[in-house]
Amino acid sequence: MAEDKEVIIEYLKAKSKVKSKHYFKDFLELFPDKKSREVKKILSDLVKEGIVEYWSSGSTTMYGLKGYGKQEAAEEGDAEA
Amino acid sequence: MKFETPLLDQLEQGPWPSVVSDIKQEAAHRAANPNGLDYQIPQDCCEDLLGLLELSYKDMETHWKHGGIVGVFGYGGGVIGRYCDQPEMFPGVAHFHTIRVAQPSGKFYSTKFLRQLCDIWDLRGSGLTNMHGSTGDIVLIGTTTPQLEEIFYQLTHEMNNDLGGSGSNLRTPAACMGMSRCEYACYNTQDVCYQLTEDYQDELHRPAFPYKFKFKFDGCPNGCVCAMARSDFAVVGTWRDDIKIDQDAVKAYVGGEFVPNAGAHSGRDWGKFDIQAEVIDRCPTHCMSWDGQKLTIDNANCVRCMHCIDTMPRALHIGDDRGASVLCGAKAPVVDGAQMGSLLVPFVKVEQPYDELKEIIENIWDWWIEEGKNRERLGELMKRASFQKLLEVTNTEAEAFHVKEPRANPYIFFKEDEVPGGFKRDLADYRSRHQR
Repeated sequence: MAEDKEVIIEYLKAKSKVKSKHYFKDFLELFPDKKSREVKKILSDLVKEGIVEYWSSGSTTMYGLKGYGKQEAAEEGDAEA
Repeated sequence: MKFETPLLDQLEQGPWPSVVSDIKQEAAHRAANPNGLDYQIPQDCCEDLLGLLELSYKDMETHWKHGGIVGVFGYGGGVIGRYCDQPEMFPGVAHFHTIRVAQPSGKFYSTKFLRQLCDIWDLRGSGLTNMHGSTGDIVLIGTTTPQLEEIFYQLTHEMNNDLGGSGSNLRTPAACMGMSRCEYACYNTQDVCYQLTEDYQDELHRPAFPYKFKFKFDGCPNGCVCAMARSDFAVVGTWRDDIKIDQDAVKAYVGGEFVPNAGAHSGRDWGKFDIQAEVIDRCPTHCMSWDGQKLTIDNANCVRCMHCIDTMPRALHIGDDRGASVLCGAKAPVVDGAQMGSLLVPFVKVEQPYDELKEIIENIWDWWIEEGKNRERLGELMKRASFQKLLEVTNTEAEAFHVKEPRANPYIFFKEDEVPGGFKRDLADYRSRHQR
């Protein structure tokens, strides 16, 4: 599990300059041999640990590194943190 | 009021109850504060909301921003971040988040529950509610980020109630009142709704779907929760045997002894009940006949429209071999326009522990998560990948009722394992009968 978490964190950090919010499907591609429920467990754990956070428009949810990119009151077009 | 609202005031002039009047009423209530509450969000938030709405009508564009990072710990749904883009002008609604609360199955409330909910919301929110949202859940409109955990704690610990679903989650499942009140319920809608809500907690609160997914449970085809129009997975009660007929009661309706529609349309004089015009000719498949003495139904051609049963409830009743049909893929417009559900399983006995339903649901989820594009509803995937594919992933054999328009697509191919003997043939045998 710890290694898998590192894979996600590394991926999010590597992408953080260009993209701070990711769809769930993006993480499935990182673990082609894992079922979606297993990947969700890793992500849920990272959320619990405060490393990853949810971003929701109300209809769609995305995942991002906590504190990266658009924050609470931000939205498209705003300068990123 | 803090702001003049001439445009909103016009909305109060029509014949219908007005949301503007409701907000004004709550604004006046908060200003008077008759219960001496120590309001935890700005007391004048409702007045600011009216001001912001007036500005939106004037500018003809919204002043709400879209989404954000708010939620309660561990949950990926249930709270929707809302921020306005004129916070200096309207500080009371600078942060005005929505909370979705799971409604009780069949929407049965006790007054104690409603009082508790309103007490929490008066203190920690705007006091404005939407009973209920399109999904069927309780929507609490407008609070600030620091109040979220407080509200969540009180809801769960003092009211034993959970948040609903939002975002790329399973949305709060909804059911009609079912067997608790209705003689037409073909299965226990409330029980299956509650059970599946419990079983799929992870899907409700931790988002891992391409987009929203909705279950709805209608006890009969009257469809009081409109399952086949608005849910990705609709379970609609039906029966396999014949509609039960009490011929004496039919005659009583014809003779005027019983009022049709259980008196539902009695506010106006519609004249004498005419069984031919009001029932027989209204049957969509013309499967009924009335010879002046006896009502006959060709049940094989009945499509369960419910019209005859609703019109003469004392004479006609649903059959005894009851269960449900499963329809998939209904959705509102965004991509491809609105879609109604497509019939996948014509009849399933809906019985505890509901494993048959759960198997279908989980097979659909596996396919949709794997193949669905981001923000693609199940109905859109069904259209893109074909209904045939849905049949395949749910291990359902194709039947005639799965075909919407025969021969619309001439390029549907058999797979080798579906053909007796496969695709290989004995060429020598073939040439013995056919010249080169």
